[in-house]
Amino acid sequence: MHLRLPAQTIACHECDLLQAEPELAPGQTARCARCGAFLARNPPDSLDRTLALTLTAMLLYLVANAWPLVGLELQGRHVQVTLFGAVQALWREGMTPVAALVFGTALLFPLLEMAMILMVLLPLRLGRVSPRMAPFFRLVRSVQPWGMVEVFLLGMLVSLAKLAHMATVILGTAFWAMAALILVLTAAGRAFDPRLLWQVPPEGAQS
Amino acid sequence: MKPLTAREAGLMSCHVCGQLARHEGHTHTRCPRCHAPLHQRKPASVSATWALLIASAILFIPANTLPMMTTSSLFGTQSDTIMSGVVFLWNSGSWPLALVVFFASIVVPLLKILALAWLNWSVQRRSRRAVMQRTRLYRIVEFVGRWSMLDIYVITLLVALVNFRGLATIEAGPAAVAFGAVVVLTMFAAMSFDPRLIWDPLADADKT
Repeated sequence: MHLRLPAQTIACHECDLLQAEPELAPGQTARCARCGAFLARNPPDSLDRTLALTLTAMLLYLVANAWPLVGLELQGRHVQVTLFGAVQALWREGMTPVAALVFGTALLFPLLEMAMILMVLLPLRLGRVSPRMAPFFRLVRSVQPWGMVEVFLLGMLVSLAKLAHMATVILGTAFWAMAALILVLTAAGRAFDPRLLWQVPPEGAQS
Repeated sequence: MKPLTAREAGLMSCHVCGQLARHEGHTHTRCPRCHAPLHQRKPASVSATWALLIASAILFIPANTLPMMTTSSLFGTQSDTIMSGVVFLWNSGSWPLALVVFFASIVVPLLKILALAWLNWSVQRRSRRAVMQRTRLYRIVEFVGRWSMLDIYVITLLVALVNFRGLATIEAGPAAVAFGAVVVLTMFAAMSFDPRLIWDPLADADKT
């Protein structure tokens, strides 16, 4: 399904320059003529690919949260944690603001972002334009900068390296699911073309 | 051809969906396409950015001087600040990790505060110099900022994992709260800064 995107006037969101949005071939990227800011991309098969990748990400997210992330073995004793379990441990210790921050950035916001993208794109794929699409998309935009799964994974590697000399470290199922989740989320982000949302309803579009 | 900005043309672009709309002068306009509130420039950008930067600069001090975590083991208890944690990593031979933590927790937040302060100050005095370089600097600041959250996650996992009663436990220290606040506040500061303000003096200079 290839939608032809019309050339129209847009303003650069970083330097405010008015310019004609160039007609983009699939895979092409448009940048601001003056400051080089990223303006738009026309990813091939954007709608289908974004949907497929976001659904995959949802499944990986479930696995990453249902199974233990990492385990530690020390003198015959065994401890393993899930992401939510780690947040709980911090909460119980009285570090509530920090626990809330981790809960938001590593658990809640990534989930919200995926859910909202599905809420926007599923009706669009089925040929319906939902009136609630715009608020959902605005929520995607405001939540996006706060989802930090990839930083969390690096944090996990650092903490494991710190512990490696004192105990045996065991990587859990969820660790690998989370690594895959980051790759899939990145691919989904690159496949998503927000301009799809503002097209005329699909009955007017011949592919 | 002289470059024309949306502001000079009497237009505003929606920060959510990019739709252009006429600037009517009254304050509460909403985007005709996605209903997000429309502003020609982010409202009170300069003063909001200053407020957030000052708050993060103040909190950066306890974040670095108070203990980030306390380790209790059979050999006694030991409190670590961010910096002594980096030194410990360096001495135990994992210098690549020491560098990662050093950059994410100390260099990035510090440079982010300084860079945003410089950008905000140059915008306030309507500088017309190094416009492109300042835009690039803003992009780097925006992109790199999130990685400061690293140490917060490290602490979370250490606290949850090292919980062998009688053998070894790790507790988070008060610096964790201050440091988390620094990361969040600097992210808000970067969001409240409007890079279009860097370019505005150029357009105004052409007019006079």
